[in-house]
Amino acid sequence: MSRVAIRVEHVSKRYQRGTASSYLRLSERLWSSISKPFQRSTQVAKKADDFWALNDLSFEVREGEVLGVIGRNGAGKSTLLKILSRITRPTQGRISWRGRVGSLLEVGTGFHPELTGRENIFLNGAVLGMTRREIAAKLDEIVAFAEIESFIDTPVKRYSSGMYVRLAFAVAAHLEPEIMLVDEVLAVGDYAFQRKCLGKMQDVATAGRTILFVSHNLTAVTSLCSRAILIERGQIVQDDDPKAVVARFLTDGINTNWERHWASDDAPGTERVRLRHIALRPQEIAPGMPIDVGTPLDLVIDYEKQIDEGATNVSVFVTNIQGVVLFNTVSPLREGPRGNYQGVVRIPGHLLNNGLHRVRVMVTHDLSPQADVDGALIFEVHEVQRTIAAQGVWQGAVRPQLDWSLERVVS
Amino acid sequence: MNSIDAADLNYAFLAQELWQYRELALVFATRDLKVRYRQAVIGIAWAVLQPLVMMSLFMVFTRWSGKTPSAHAETYAVSSYIGLLIWQLFSYTVRESTTSLVGHRDLVTKVYFPRLLLPLSTALCALVDFGFAFLVLVPLMWWTGIVPGMAVLLFPIWLLLALLTSIAVGIWLSALNALYRDIGYVVPFLLQIGLFVTPVLYETRSVVPAQWQGLWALNPLVGMIEGCRWSLMPAGSTDGPSVVIVVLSLCSLVALLVSGLWYFRRAEQWIADRI
Repeated sequence: MSRVAIRVEHVSKRYQRGTASSYLRLSERLWSSISKPFQRSTQVAKKADDFWALNDLSFEVREGEVLGVIGRNGAGKSTLLKILSRITRPTQGRISWRGRVGSLLEVGTGFHPELTGRENIFLNGAVLGMTRREIAAKLDEIVAFAEIESFIDTPVKRYSSGMYVRLAFAVAAHLEPEIMLVDEVLAVGDYAFQRKCLGKMQDVATAGRTILFVSHNLTAVTSLCSRAILIERGQIVQDDDPKAVVARFLTDGINTNWERHWASDDAPGTERVRLRHIALRPQEIAPGMPIDVGTPLDLVIDYEKQIDEGATNVSVFVTNIQGVVLFNTVSPLREGPRGNYQGVVRIPGHLLNNGLHRVRVMVTHDLSPQADVDGALIFEVHEVQRTIAAQGVWQGAVRPQLDWSLERVVS
Repeated sequence: MNSIDAADLNYAFLAQELWQYRELALVFATRDLKVRYRQAVIGIAWAVLQPLVMMSLFMVFTRWSGKTPSAHAETYAVSSYIGLLIWQLFSYTVRESTTSLVGHRDLVTKVYFPRLLLPLSTALCALVDFGFAFLVLVPLMWWTGIVPGMAVLLFPIWLLLALLTSIAVGIWLSALNALYRDIGYVVPFLLQIGLFVTPVLYETRSVVPAQWQGLWALNPLVGMIEGCRWSLMPAGSTDGPSVVIVVLSLCSLVALLVSGLWYFRRAEQWIADRI
């Protein structure tokens, strides 16, 4: 069994809501201590606003392990990395580590726009803890990796953002610490460069160094990591094989927003038409399993027509996380007496790309909108589990499966 | 294995880390120098010109008023130039240190390194400026006919003490400024006052009444500047500090430095969350 590289013991971190980012004024503080001498400090009164980003967290990472850390936004992943990289101190508890820690929390920190690429390599390397000699020895490799050979003596203020990011990652990737902390840096850069970065990380991992990898790229986590932990509300809820942890993460909180009921008169709508129930019913997968790119979805809309006159129909908009409306689809107009009506629309598999999607539902009466609920449902389409060869973002708002033929042309 | 817990103020570990990251201090300092002088036309000459112009102005005013704030009018040029050199070292370090943490918010909240390096590297920058300005002192002394005695060997020690004074005040203010925004407004004012309560344009024992000298010496720069003059100028051409002044200034310096380090260490723990 290899030695322990990182040990986290009962670590908690408290933040104060509200005052988190604001400056205090010395004069205000002095004034309040003069005017209210019996009130020790303004902070004592704010205990109720405390927010525990991490709550009694303990785990160990052994040398050579690649630990993936996953969890929803705000679960405490970034706070954990900040404590491990010693940017901030834990409120309680203790961390121990063996060897040099290199952190890659955000690329390009410490770059100075007036300085050239070369000068910035030395600056950034030194900030990350490399000595001048180490940097000099790796300079050529770094420049080649970043693909900026001809711009190396240009001030970085003239760089494109892509060049900037590539240079920053190249410096960090060539730092050779015993422990490497990586946070979501792969979200930047184009697809080819992302692949290159993942490849580089895999090299580092196989060289026997310890990596702590925080990511939303679950495919990368399952293929790179030897172990994963799932963090929720500042606590570890699972510590296991990456596949098991990812599966748990994906199924957790399922159904959260897949179904909505309205019973009372507060339901969206007017005295003519009221929305009663909408639901998303994934097809062809076992109940409780995540929706992936290939899953067909049935969208069910129940509404109550409260008058006999007129015709009603339903309109559905699907929007992706970037706010792009992917499509708008409309049911036929239906005439009929008062009563409950149900519309069902099938969204085929292999249409939506992976990511979060928002559904807007509109019910009309004689073509004038009566109920209009944006964000009526929110669901996530997950990536199909694929091999490591095809990681990265699949470009495009939609991902239809189209017919292809590819033959050798014989003349 | 290294470890850190919630309430750790381990100074041995700090010293070890400062040594380990020593190159980063140099990198910060060279970066600041490069950026500062890259686009300035006269470059490093700026560091020389400032004290030279100030000294010339003082000379003109003392000539016109017929009174010199020193018992040694004939060597006033050298004496005031030395005062200005040390003052420039101090005020530059203090001004730049004050904004060093806040100005590097990106770094402080994203990367770990001993935060003390930021104020320390400003002192290195100030030392480079000092070096260039010091070069002018040599012809100035030759022209005034001043030849230093053996005491010149002690000059590096006085200079080091002056540098430590600048650093001590600098680390206090850098940590305070990271937590209290209004420190930035107070510092220029404090520096203006400092120019008067520090023997830059005058010599302490010629001007400050004897019963006030003890109080004056609580400003550590009083002892350091007079010490620098004493070591560079032969006996009889400057007042030199009294033993009382030296002892009081040293005590005051130690108090400032120790408390500054302690406060900075404490502030370091939550600086990244509050800055």
